Amino acid sequence: MLDTLAFYISRAVQQGIPLLFGSTGETLTEKSGNLNLGIPGIMYVGGICGVIGAFFYERSLASPADINTFLAVFIPMVCSLAGSLFMGLIYCFLTVSLRANQNVTGLALTTFGVGVGNFFGGYLIKIGGSSVASIALSATSACFRKSLPFASKLGAFGTVFLSYSFLAYLAVLISLVAGILLRRSRVGLHLRAVGENPGTADAAGINISKYKYMATCIGSMIAGLGGLYYVMDYASGVWSNDAFGDRGWLAIALVIFTIWRPDTGVLASILYGGLYILSINNILPTGGAGAVKELYKMLPYVMTIVVLVLTSVRNKKENQPPAALGLSYFREER
Amino acid sequence: MNGSGHTPLFHISKRSALPWYLSWAIRLAAIVLALIVCALVTTLLTGVSPLGVYATIIQGSFGTVRKFWVLLQELAILLCVSLAVTPAFKMRFWNIGGEGQVLIGGLATAACMFYFGDKMPNALLILVMIVASIVAAAIWAAIPAFFKAKWNTNETLFTLMMNYVAIQLVSYFCNVWDRKGSGIVGIINPRTQAGWFPVIAGKEYLLNVLIVAVLTVAVYTYLRYTKHGYELSVVGESERTARYVGIKVEKVILRTMILSGALCGVAGLLLVGGTDHTISTTTAGGRGFTAVMVSWLAKFNPIFMVLTSFLLAFLSRGSSQIAQNFGLNHSFGDILTGIILFFIIGSEFFINYRISFRSAGEKEGSSHA
Repeated sequence: MLDTLAFYISRAVQQGIPLLFGSTGETLTEKSGNLNLGIPGIMYVGGICGVIGAFFYERSLASPADINTFLAVFIPMVCSLAGSLFMGLIYCFLTVSLRANQNVTGLALTTFGVGVGNFFGGYLIKIGGSSVASIALSATSACFRKSLPFASKLGAFGTVFLSYSFLAYLAVLISLVAGILLRRSRVGLHLRAVGENPGTADAAGINISKYKYMATCIGSMIAGLGGLYYVMDYASGVWSNDAFGDRGWLAIALVIFTIWRPDTGVLASILYGGLYILSINNILPTGGAGAVKELYKMLPYVMTIVVLVLTSVRNKKENQPPAALGLSYFREER
Repeated sequence: MNGSGHTPLFHISKRSALPWYLSWAIRLAAIVLALIVCALVTTLLTGVSPLGVYATIIQGSFGTVRKFWVLLQELAILLCVSLAVTPAFKMRFWNIGGEGQVLIGGLATAACMFYFGDKMPNALLILVMIVASIVAAAIWAAIPAFFKAKWNTNETLFTLMMNYVAIQLVSYFCNVWDRKGSGIVGIINPRTQAGWFPVIAGKEYLLNVLIVAVLTVAVYTYLRYTKHGYELSVVGESERTARYVGIKVEKVILRTMILSGALCGVAGLLLVGGTDHTISTTTAGGRGFTAVMVSWLAKFNPIFMVLTSFLLAFLSRGSSQIAQNFGLNHSFGDILTGIILFFIIGSEFFINYRISFRSAGEKEGSSHA
């Protein structure tokens, strides 16, 4: 019984890590006042760039046993970060420098990103010549998934806390650091000021464009790692088009649920991950009808709506979205 | 003013107004630039000649008469959803829940077809379907509006979440209605054709196109020439001014979103009753999001929206044709669409703002009082 619960929790965590990456990245972006609805596209691009890097590295090896663990991890990560950075720069250039509408830009970016992901995925599947519509990068994935060797010997405790790969711990670390940075550092204070009232921040001498660019681009790179984790870790190195699904939007929902606090996201993402797989594994009662599973999938979104309504009703200052979220800043209009 | 510093190389200032032909020239230049970049990308990625790609895109919409009708149908549905979100956007209420509202409208339609298919005469059934889809979708849109009006809840995020709740509802009902357990509802009422829209003059999509054409004129008139339309644009420009003038902002928000939802419901009705005759989670096909772009690109003017929805429907048909002809992945069209959209979005900057370079006399930074 305890073992099943431990196993379930560990699967929930693995589901939640991509969401954690995505929501931490988007929280940083939103704190600067940019509502980046392109995050689903950016996560796709992060995943596919990692796949491209790993694909060509694996093909360059004489035999799968030659794989250098460090390179097998380093190359996809660098590719993934570069791809997400590029996407973040497109968003920033359009919304910060050219002052375009953020909703439209974000949605266009998502269309573009999903298109890029599926196009290159299809392209690699064709080159790889496999009969099924997916690419399997098992050797690279094995390198990504290396976990602490003694974890399995520690029973339930080991399963719940120690059995993950380094990317998962990295996600938790990044979220905690982001939370501390936002709340307790000067840089974080400046960032929050830019998101709340850019006019005042500008008058105080803070460089609005620089903070928006940095927050959005770093946020994109973090979110892209979520796509990378999904492919290399959760999906064991198998990429098939559209497999990532709507997780990007779930990450955006998570930002609201955590009231724009990245450190809360660590636990909240496990909750969301757990809800997501509840509907897949037959844990909750369905009364024999498979249809009810679909209603369970609604739970994360309904919970987000409840949090959204509650925070606006109670209207506590600390729990509100950044006041200048979604607005472009133009100094002459101040 | 500039003391010991030097005048910057250029500065940006907002334009007051631009003659319409200049702004359209800028947009056209953006599209041409976008097409050049697309050509480069195409040659780099696929080695296919870009002219061949463009010819194929044109073929996808105008190649045969049937393809042309499919284009018109795509245009009509996309235009319908865009018309739906426009009143909300003009009011600066970012309704990106179009996807969910269309699905709920379609779901209500399908429910009527499913449960009442053999219990009432066809004409009555269609009437019930119309009412049900409009009411259901309007309620779905009114929920976020209510919370925005009362407690200023962020409508972008609320409507976004409602989309996914709607998708799951549709998924649930698909499972319930499908006896075989595969989760896919096949064509509803294939034998009796109960609830299927009549086909006019042998052209399958003509009814949809006609209905949307009427709606376009109706929405344009509503926005431009009625008191409601005026009120909602005042609320959009400045909520404070609206309150000062005596406009009840909460009522306007709720009323506009109900209209928005109702029009989305019509789109769902047309899709389920007129075209697909079935419902699934992909019925809306991402149109709720595309409609945001169509509406915004047309500056919320229903007449221009005919052009912008034509552009996007044209690109969508073209990308299917590319996938077919060249064996390229269907998503290549998404990449091209994305690039064109980026350029058009970016061109708005040059229409709204002017860049002034420093003139020779200012280089030494003489101070002006």
